[in-house]
Amino acid sequence: MSSYLIRGVRVLGREWTDLLLRDGVVAETGPGLDPSGAQVIEADGLVALPGLVDLHTHLREPGREDAETVETGSRAAALGGYTAVCAMANTSPVADTAGVVEQVWRLGREAGLVDVQPIGAVTVGLAGERLAELGAMAASAAAVRIFSDDGFCVADPRLMRRALEYVKAFDGIIAQHAEEPRLTEGAQMHEGEVSTRLGLTGWPAVAEEAIIARDVLLAEHVGSRVHVCHLSTAGSVDIVRQAKARGVRVTAEVTPHHLLLTDELAASYDPVFKVNPPLRTAADVTALRAALAEGVIDIVATDHAPHAVEDKECEWAYARPGMVGLETALSVVLSTGALHRDGEPDWDLIAERMSRAPARIAGLAAHGHDPAPGAPANLTLVDPAARRVVDPGELASRSRNTPYAGTELPGRIVATFLHGRPTVLDGKAVK
Amino acid sequence: MIKHLLSGADLDAETATLILDTAAEMATLAGREVKKLPTLRGRTVVNLFYEDSTRTRISFEAAAKRLSADVINFSAKGSSVSKGESLKDTALTLQAMGADAVVIRHPASGAPHRLANWIDGSVVNAGDGTHEHPTQALLDAYTMRSRLGRLAGLHVAVVGDVLHSRVARSNVLLLSTLGAKVTLVGPPTLIPVDIATALAPGVQVSYDLDAVLPTADVVMMLRVQRERMADSYFPSAREYARRYGLDAPRMRRLAEHAIVMHPGPMNRGMEIAAEVADSPRSTIVEQVANGVSVRMAVLYLLLGGRGAGAAQ
Ligand SMILES: [Zn+2]
Repeated sequence: MSSYLIRGVRVLGREWTDLLLRDGVVAETGPGLDPSGAQVIEADGLVALPGLVDLHTHLREPGREDAETVETGSRAAALGGYTAVCAMANTSPVADTAGVVEQVWRLGREAGLVDVQPIGAVTVGLAGERLAELGAMAASAAAVRIFSDDGFCVADPRLMRRALEYVKAFDGIIAQHAEEPRLTEGAQMHEGEVSTRLGLTGWPAVAEEAIIARDVLLAEHVGSRVHVCHLSTAGSVDIVRQAKARGVRVTAEVTPHHLLLTDELAASYDPVFKVNPPLRTAADVTALRAALAEGVIDIVATDHAPHAVEDKECEWAYARPGMVGLETALSVVLSTGALHRDGEPDWDLIAERMSRAPARIAGLAAHGHDPAPGAPANLTLVDPAARRVVDPGELASRSRNTPYAGTELPGRIVATFLHGRPTVLDGKAVK
Repeated sequence: MIKHLLSGADLDAETATLILDTAAEMATLAGREVKKLPTLRGRTVVNLFYEDSTRTRISFEAAAKRLSADVINFSAKGSSVSKGESLKDTALTLQAMGADAVVIRHPASGAPHRLANWIDGSVVNAGDGTHEHPTQALLDAYTMRSRLGRLAGLHVAVVGDVLHSRVARSNVLLLSTLGAKVTLVGPPTLIPVDIATALAPGVQVSYDLDAVLPTADVVMMLRVQRERMADSYFPSAREYARRYGLDAPRMRRLAEHAIVMHPGPMNRGMEIAAEVADSPRSTIVEQVANGVSVRMAVLYLLLGGRGAGAAQ
């Protein structure tokens, strides 16, 4: 197996050093390592982070290969600095059996650009009526630990209780898309001043908060783990904060877009800004940033949701919700300053929120380790000084539905290594 | 002049007044023997209707024809993203046909905004979802001005299903721009969140119709669909009518000069009693006639007319 010497890198933004990657692990670190036999990569002061881990990715395969495939989504992920992604279950067929999760897992291995960890559906067909074979998915080659009906909420409280209890047998976790469906019938955007002005049916914050409040109580009652997908409101932050203070085993994610964008963007009626949960208010954005820094929100997750052109180039109400996000996630987080300290990126905190903590939650043992001797060589190199203007046409994702078209964002992923091999070099995918 | 008319917010006081003044000029035509002006000869106006609304379509059609425009009626009802042509593809077709103006009625809020991105011609919003219906607001303002002589300082009560009403939104925007004071009245379930600040400063909200009537110069009753009660916006048609319907006893609480308006179609016995609709205070028939004049003015000005005098 080939080895790589990354010369002059700043691990988590610290002092310059070298990293020798050999046999899939970080073999040695320290300045002035012997390059003989290794391919040398001049990092020249780039920041090394543990490879990013996304707990919430829609890869669309099987079923909507016109929007994304495991391979194209994996490439987008690698270009975004990711070495592992958790693939959501709302495919067609739904990933609600061992067969489908193994298929996705195998496609991920074949693509070989990131580790693709399938998420299993909680209920058969995401219908919210009866449990899918969670144990079979856990015991499959895909070793599923996260279960989610994402796209839909497990709204039935009794079913949610059973799911939370059942997965304790294999240390599973239920990731909830928190949306009380009766409160969001026909909903198009955040309910507030802007939805009133635009005449679009509102998606009230309480529809999210009511489910999170219920679920943390259920998780507390049965002693299970619950994970909150794409938390989006200031009220949800308060509920999770209180639950954590009581010792409830709850974790939460926030998307890059909810950290940056607000509901005012809907005024264009351009569905590229339509997403579920919807973009919220500036006050919510402020609360989410603070909660992420504080740790009430544990992680950033992209909710990368590719959609074909015809599903976005239409009337707002007819468009599918969702945004692509893998290739811009780190840049967007950097642009918000949410994880800065004294005006500079706090790379250790960024590593925690975007790599270590998601790897811990997902149980991905090979990921979320700082580059140190003996650690799996899953890492990414970032140029924090670079700036780029997002061009949808340049995305590696098969879809173009980025809300950041034409936006200048800071930071650039220069290289990514998966199990000691480069997936990205010079900012370009290796394969 | 603005290029498109998508929202009441597109109109500043000067532009809105120009449209109303031009509409007054157009109205004098109706009394002439030859009712046509050659102004838009050779120009193409497309009526693109994704919803059945015979009255609005006929009004626009009459307006365009009286200006000598070529009118194409494009009924796209029943088409949707899943079956039939997309709005984008339809837009490209209209663009290729050289449409100078497209009048669009659509069940999805914001569809006219999308269309305006895809064609070079002017887009006129003839009602989009629960968003806006700016020419209705213009004809309402025209009617108020004709009856009461002014708009500035008027107190206008807009009563009923404000939540689902595109007429209400456009009226709030336009009337506020023209200096009228608006009070929105209805059950709290049908008053949208944050409405007092969402559209214009100074908008009032009341849940008590009887308290508002004595100071109103204009009462605009909105259509309330009976189906709303199935969704628990109110318990029954009877209770709605009792609390928010305009009947004869309530009408007597109005000031002597006050007028009653309704954008139509009416639910007699629900939001408005027959004797109110047919009373001398009612402007409902005038509203229809004024609609043609206002739409003539809008098409004329959007398509390059210069001002009121040019209409002669
Ligand atoms: Zn979701």
